Amino acid sequence: MSEPSGPIRTLGILGAGRVGATLARKAVEIGYRVLIAASGDPDAIAMMIEIIAPGAEPRLAADVIPEADAVVLAVPFAKHESLPLNRLGGKLVIDAVNYWAPSDGEIPEVAGSELGTSELIQAKLPPGTRLVKALNTVGYHELDLDARPKGAPDRKAVAVAGDDREAVRAVSHLIDDLGFDPVDAGGLANGRALEPGTSVFGTGLDAESTADYLRGNLPGAARACPLPQRGTEFELGPGLQR
Amino acid sequence: MELGLYTFGEFTTAPAADDPVPVHARLKGIVDSAVLADEAGLDFFGVGEHFRRDMTVSQPEVVLAHIAARTNRIRLGSAATVLSTQDPVRVFQQFATLDQLSDGRAEIIAGRGAFVESYPLFGYRLDDYEALFDEKIQLLLELREQPKITWPGGRFRSALEAADISPQPYQRPLPVWIAVGGTPASFARAGVLGAPLYMGFFGDPRQFVRHVALYRRAAEQAGHDPATLRTGSGGHMFIRRRSQDAREELYPYYSAYWKANGGQFAGGFPRGLYDNWVDGGLMVGSPQEVIDKIMLHHEVLGSDRYIGQYDVGNLPAAMSTETIELLATEVAPVIRRETAAEPAPEPDEVVA
Repeated sequence: MSEPSGPIRTLGILGAGRVGATLARKAVEIGYRVLIAASGDPDAIAMMIEIIAPGAEPRLAADVIPEADAVVLAVPFAKHESLPLNRLGGKLVIDAVNYWAPSDGEIPEVAGSELGTSELIQAKLPPGTRLVKALNTVGYHELDLDARPKGAPDRKAVAVAGDDREAVRAVSHLIDDLGFDPVDAGGLANGRALEPGTSVFGTGLDAESTADYLRGNLPGAARACPLPQRGTEFELGPGLQR
Repeated sequence: MELGLYTFGEFTTAPAADDPVPVHARLKGIVDSAVLADEAGLDFFGVGEHFRRDMTVSQPEVVLAHIAARTNRIRLGSAATVLSTQDPVRVFQQFATLDQLSDGRAEIIAGRGAFVESYPLFGYRLDDYEALFDEKIQLLLELREQPKITWPGGRFRSALEAADISPQPYQRPLPVWIAVGGTPASFARAGVLGAPLYMGFFGDPRQFVRHVALYRRAAEQAGHDPATLRTGSGGHMFIRRRSQDAREELYPYYSAYWKANGGQFAGGFPRGLYDNWVDGGLMVGSPQEVIDKIMLHHEVLGSDRYIGQYDVGNLPAAMSTETIELLATEVAPVIRRETAAEPAPEPDEVVA
């Protein structure tokens, strides 16, 4: 079995649905310790985890956080406030959350805001939490079946956005270990360009096409929000080499 | 193995609210397709349930009742009933009536719904998404067991005390499937309830091998006889005699469908992604390719019924007709022959 290439060795996952359960299995397979929580009693998901993600450890959400090097938010946007966000202070948090009105329902908080969903979530986290948007653009089936070894010609990309550069690099190691090319999308505000309906969402682009999109298409990104100038100072590829 | 069709009756551009013509034409086209499927000897025809202006069918029972009068053999079902926002008693009575009129051909496929517009429309809260389905599916399944039902009541409806449910269906019991997307807990719930499992998806069936194992394990732990369990599956389907024709002819319609109905592909549905899907599990191709893909569902998921969404992207009738005819004449005979002699296989053992 392989082992983690970066500083994240124990991965916490909040949400045991399609994305959470699939991510748990893949992370165990590549040598991470995985702690996973659904909304309630860990016993309620024990059999499910044993079959879908053997080796992952079911926990209460509050018990996932202290031991995890990084915590993945793996719930729909409509459910994010049910997570113990106030306990995430100081943590590296990976935001895999998406807002999609047909299944989340119309949420005025998002529809009426210029901000991306990651920025809306960040505002609810304690100071010092390092939030990185990643893994929201890949479907659970892609996470499962599209992983490829480093250098494979058909390897797909996962864009990563965050203000804390060290956190972005740590998450990029996780992405790489999971079998995808990490591509730096710049600061968290650029996460808007990774939301549903954009050209990198669920489209399975490779690293080069993803980087092209990020360089060229940011102004026309999700919900046609104007994006900050920061978008021009991406560190693409080389900044992530280890 | 059984083979069938289903439709959502969708548009890729919603017609104006004051223009009755497009809806009229789409509904009549669905009936024509069902009649063709019956004449061609297919086993099942399903009609979806949505509550949006770009979808024609919000009352599948009514459409199916009309189809029942024009067909003889084909089984008729919802695909799927959004049970969470309906009264299970009413759903049961509607399908019992359909079952009587169709000489015992009705089936309910009950799910939570991928789209949530029915929640506000019928006065339910999206926060109750899980609890609503849990309560209502239990009542629906219980209704099949007790013609005079006593039910303790729940969060969303009052108790029933020796209530007569009429009419009762022609079949005993009326088939009720539980429809799931990819959520693991939904597979476990279907197993605990011991109901047949319907999986709707467009990708590679191997991604759900573990999920079906979870369904079976949950059923076994709840004391259900494994022999009574059943799995079926379905997804988008387009068949042409030549592989490349299938791929090329569908793409413009399929792309339009995802742009209009998906939301997540509002920015465009790239050709490269489409080709990946076709090369994966998407049921698009020549008869032989579709045979191979459906057989994979049978082999790895134990699926003994596959249903294809034959008109996705609101295809012109001539285009969807060809898929129906090729499914019935080229695909179905081979699959029936291949799967006739043996019971549905156990799904692959989970590789831990």
